[in-house]
Amino acid sequence: MLSENPALLGLATIILGVGACLGYFFLSNLVLDKVVFPARGKHAGRNINRANMVRPWLFLFPALFALGLYLAYPVFETLRLSLTDRSLGGAFVGFDNYRQMMNEAKFWEALRNNMLWLIVVPAISTSFGLLAAQLTDRLRWGNLAKSLIFMPMAISFVGASVIFKLIYDTRPADQNQIGVLNAIWLKFDGGAGSIFVLQILPTVFFLAVAGLAVFSGWGMFRDGSASLRGRSLWQMSLRVCAAVLGLWLVWASISAAVGIWFVELPYGEPQTWLTIPFWNNFFLMAVLIWIQTGFAMVILSAALRGIPEETVEAAIVDGANPFQIFFKIKVPQIMGTIVVVWTTITLTVLKVFDIVFAMTNGQWETQVLANYMYDKLFRSNDWGVGSASAIVIMLLVTPILVWNVHNARKEMR
Amino acid sequence: MAGVAGKKSSLTWAVQISVALLVLLWLFPTVGLFVSSFRTADQISASGWWAALFSSEQSEVFRTLDPDEHRVLDGNGFRVDGTIFADTPLNIQAWGVSSRDIAAYQPGETAEMKGGETLTLRRDGSYTWRGSDEQLAGRGQRVFVTAQVPPEFTLDNYATILFSGSGQDNMAKAFFNTLTVTIPATIIPIVIAAFAAYALAWMEFPGRALLIAAIVGLLVVPLQLALIPLLRLHLGIGIGKGYIGAWLAHTAFGMPLAVYLLRNYMAGLPRDIIENAKVDGATDFQIFTRIIIPLSFPALASFAIFQFLWTWNDLLVAKVFLIDATGSTTVMTNQIVELLGTRGGNWEILATAAFVSIAVPLGVFFVMQRYLVRGLLAGSVK
Repeated sequence: MLSENPALLGLATIILGVGACLGYFFLSNLVLDKVVFPARGKHAGRNINRANMVRPWLFLFPALFALGLYLAYPVFETLRLSLTDRSLGGAFVGFDNYRQMMNEAKFWEALRNNMLWLIVVPAISTSFGLLAAQLTDRLRWGNLAKSLIFMPMAISFVGASVIFKLIYDTRPADQNQIGVLNAIWLKFDGGAGSIFVLQILPTVFFLAVAGLAVFSGWGMFRDGSASLRGRSLWQMSLRVCAAVLGLWLVWASISAAVGIWFVELPYGEPQTWLTIPFWNNFFLMAVLIWIQTGFAMVILSAALRGIPEETVEAAIVDGANPFQIFFKIKVPQIMGTIVVVWTTITLTVLKVFDIVFAMTNGQWETQVLANYMYDKLFRSNDWGVGSASAIVIMLLVTPILVWNVHNARKEMR
Repeated sequence: MAGVAGKKSSLTWAVQISVALLVLLWLFPTVGLFVSSFRTADQISASGWWAALFSSEQSEVFRTLDPDEHRVLDGNGFRVDGTIFADTPLNIQAWGVSSRDIAAYQPGETAEMKGGETLTLRRDGSYTWRGSDEQLAGRGQRVFVTAQVPPEFTLDNYATILFSGSGQDNMAKAFFNTLTVTIPATIIPIVIAAFAAYALAWMEFPGRALLIAAIVGLLVVPLQLALIPLLRLHLGIGIGKGYIGAWLAHTAFGMPLAVYLLRNYMAGLPRDIIENAKVDGATDFQIFTRIIIPLSFPALASFAIFQFLWTWNDLLVAKVFLIDATGSTTVMTNQIVELLGTRGGNWEILATAAFVSIAVPLGVFFVMQRYLVRGLLAGSVK
């Protein structure tokens, strides 16, 4: 009867679950103190010490059990599954699943899109968040503004997907457009205004990105070459990675700036935004950026508040302008927090599933790894390849995991 | 940047305006959904939601009464009197008698047609149509009316979604299912994690630092890795797909953050209080329930909000561990995804369903924002 009424079942579970937990902690303590190691008789002192050595583990046991069974064990089990074949009765097949996955175009598409997400979403969310944090700082209605920008954080990915699907909606050309993006798009007619907004402005933007990349790269190079010796291998390899990424960014933005002058823009035709290959990825990313900007803003805003007043005042006395204060005084001081925000958003991006699942389900070249994995698991029923792709996600997360553990241990000391 | 030196400048205005624009840009999508959920299907497909907030111009075609039946003698010719509005009157802005110029006349003016035929349309919709025997014959004259329609909203969509809708349109069941998943999955991990956090913060034992590091590591392990092994486990031990599996999964997946948040907070509590209590002979269990728990309320609230938002908004865990083939335990996020597939164009249903599902977290968000912010600040690994 209970199982037929979910509300009752839920209530019973709360009472039972909470009761059982409290009961466990209370009774196990009682047993420990009164029965196993009673604090009386001739071994009273020794018993108290022993009880105190066991007690932490009593307190920790349920949590450790849950963590071990639901998070630690699956990592190894998934690794094992990725090396076996379910249709062969779980026989060990080595790297066959990985090989099969590598031969699928859809996997490479998912990997490419994931990389795109990894670069674009954290970068834009963090910079918007920083911008919003700085602008709303000391504004009289700053808290209200922050609260409204932060609000999407409470909205589910699925809800946000519905919201953005309405924005991207398409109607036939002879009807009123109800999606705001198409309504705006149809305002462009190929005249001077359109060329300014759709070609000149993006060109300026891409050239600015390229310029920024070159500028910061040059700055890093100067610092790096000045103290080349005495740097660890680890730091050098990080620099090389950053340099490669920077070069790629320069190349990509310059080619985009040039390319925008050679495409025929389909003026006057309503677009089905989510089916335009490559660009539709950006329309999906907009959803996550919309959600994550508030998160970045809240954390960075607290960091900005934590900057010692004197450093800013000293800069003002020295005649620094507001932009210099922001980029040369404030940003360097909160660099640590920026990295934290960036990595946290990176983690969210790696696990992004709902948005792609709800909006395109990986069609039109929008596949990402998490959705690819879900596809393999529950539609193709291929547990081997599904596990293999889960391991790929895990591998992408591992550097952040190591970095976090490293930092936490440093802080503990 | 504004007011760094306490001086007002044009920069202050630039900041105010850019913040306003940013806020509007961020609000715009949600407002669109909200407004759409109060419009009828016809209104939604007729115009963008941003047009719904203002009265809109609407053109309609009417036809006068059948002249053969309703004409009366009027001097040399005939005349038909009547009103074009059958039920609700419109606020007529302009009108016309030809599809080539539908707004040729103001209300009250008289349209001159071929051969001396005339039509006068007044603001209240009444008209007088005059003409000769041949002119006032056959079908009624077409009248094109351009009218100003005030914004109009309806609660019907909510009635459909919450009460009357059939089968997949009705979210009431999914709403309660979501609640059934969410509440135990929020409360139980708090109890378990609080004890563990206390042990990690205030009890001395070998391997403590290692455990904390392990929990920080587990914080970032992707959920995706747990899906297959745990589904196999659940099927193997007979839990199958259902609430129990979902509760267990949510409890465990929320555990690293819970332990991490609570431990950090508890470790920051003043040492004196706890040591005094120990000197007075309190046991660890008493210290925990009488001192630590009341003092840790802010951290408990922070985690509770996190876990609530996460379980309420979750789709993946529900799809893997909860929803079986019968679909009787479907949650709102899953139902919305299904609606997106089957009712992709019915925005009145979709928008309302989505809004019903995001209304609860939004309410929680605005009421308990303070704790959410605090939890975020403590939870991001520094």
